[in-house]
Amino acid sequence: MNGILYPALVMGGLGVVFGSLLAFASKKFFVAVDPRQSEIRAILPGANCGGCGFPGCDGFAEACVAGTAKPTACAAGGPDVAAKIAEILGVTAESSEPMTAFVRCQGSKDKMVKDCVYMGFDDCRSASVVPGRGPGGCAYGCMGFGTCVKVCSFGAIRIINGLAVVDSEKCVGCGACAAECPRGVITLIPKKSKIQVACANPLKGPLVKSVCSAGCIGCTLCVKACPKEAIEMKGSLAVIDPAKCVNCGLCAAKCPVKAIRDARPPRPAPKPQPAADTAAEAAK
Amino acid sequence: MSLLALFISSIFVNNILLARFLGCCPFLGVSSQLETAKGMGVAVIFVTTFAAIMTWLAYTFILVPLGLEYLYTLAFILIIAALVQFVEIVLKKVMPGLYKSLGIFLPLITTNCAVLGVAVINMNEKYSLVASIVNAIGSSAGFLVAIVLMAGIREKIEMNAEMPRCVRGLPIALVTAGLMSIAFMGFNGLIK
Repeated sequence: MNGILYPALVMGGLGVVFGSLLAFASKKFFVAVDPRQSEIRAILPGANCGGCGFPGCDGFAEACVAGTAKPTACAAGGPDVAAKIAEILGVTAESSEPMTAFVRCQGSKDKMVKDCVYMGFDDCRSASVVPGRGPGGCAYGCMGFGTCVKVCSFGAIRIINGLAVVDSEKCVGCGACAAECPRGVITLIPKKSKIQVACANPLKGPLVKSVCSAGCIGCTLCVKACPKEAIEMKGSLAVIDPAKCVNCGLCAAKCPVKAIRDARPPRPAPKPQPAADTAAEAAK
Repeated sequence: MSLLALFISSIFVNNILLARFLGCCPFLGVSSQLETAKGMGVAVIFVTTFAAIMTWLAYTFILVPLGLEYLYTLAFILIIAALVQFVEIVLKKVMPGLYKSLGIFLPLITTNCAVLGVAVINMNEKYSLVASIVNAIGSSAGFLVAIVLMAGIREKIEMNAEMPRCVRGLPIALVTAGLMSIAFMGFNGLIK
């Protein structure tokens, strides 16, 4: 009889001791959590995918209550979840401006000078830490090893002729490629912005010219051509402010090196331009 | 065996992952990024050490006097699970910073066989309390070393675009684990 009684008593006793210890601890060490946080947590998909940039759904719920995260940041949940979170928080879910990734470079194989041979892993992150920083002469442009292609979950980026090309139809503007690009060549721009400077090299004209035939040389012709004053010079690089730009295309027409990409629906006139080629390829 | 020798041997010679093959699930599951691997390793050190103390006390002062040694598996699992829960609750209140960095790993460790394994090894080898603690710290430090090495290697491997698609991810991780295990066999004979 004792053979059964003792084990049952010991294990039962241990269970009771630990159970009451935990019950006591959860009372004694209770941490007040904002009730809204657990409500939001209950709505979230619970996949802990990390797509919002916070550690798991718990982290996102906490950040929502703290006000550091936007309700729309949960990509997995979509607009429904965003609306519910906004309701709990008592704010209106501002419909976020649709964004798209944009490659600020046109230095494809035939345009950018190659100044060395790189034989490491086919990965931009790997190439960017090597002395000499990759095979391309331009230290600011696209290396074309396709790290962005690897991180894109939507198949929206391809490498064409040594240059990353974004398919704006497929791109959802998640920013994964922009975050991973070691040179920051890829940025997010509003989807409605069609005219952009496709160069990221801030060096002076002759230096840019020596490594790439499609780089911005800082001639400021576009700044003068712009009727809306939407273009300003950052060092020797023209930068278009999407908020002011009206997509008229005057600057793209003026640019002597065709560094400004015109992604408007193709019109018959400026066909043989390299810029239009890239746009057409991306649209395919 | 002196305590120092026990410590060194539990880290390298009898590495809990690569020589005893305990705790392989987090070793493969949480080793794709260096940062999370570090967090996991530190959390394991923390929990294993506490669990070793508690299980040693329970075994020596409850199970042995009553002649119920055969209940050790049941008792140890109960103790470890309760302990991890308790530590989680207390940490959340007392040290929110530490809780943030260890928090997501703690529930995972509840059922980690490395933690139970260390407790059982301590019992089988009839270690004293001090030796048990030293063995627990050493073993879990060995876990940290192995998982951090693994994560570093895997981060590099993932960059290699020429690797065939069929071996990416877990297959190459298993091959890597096997090679690391062979490499760690080189420590055999370090301690007599």
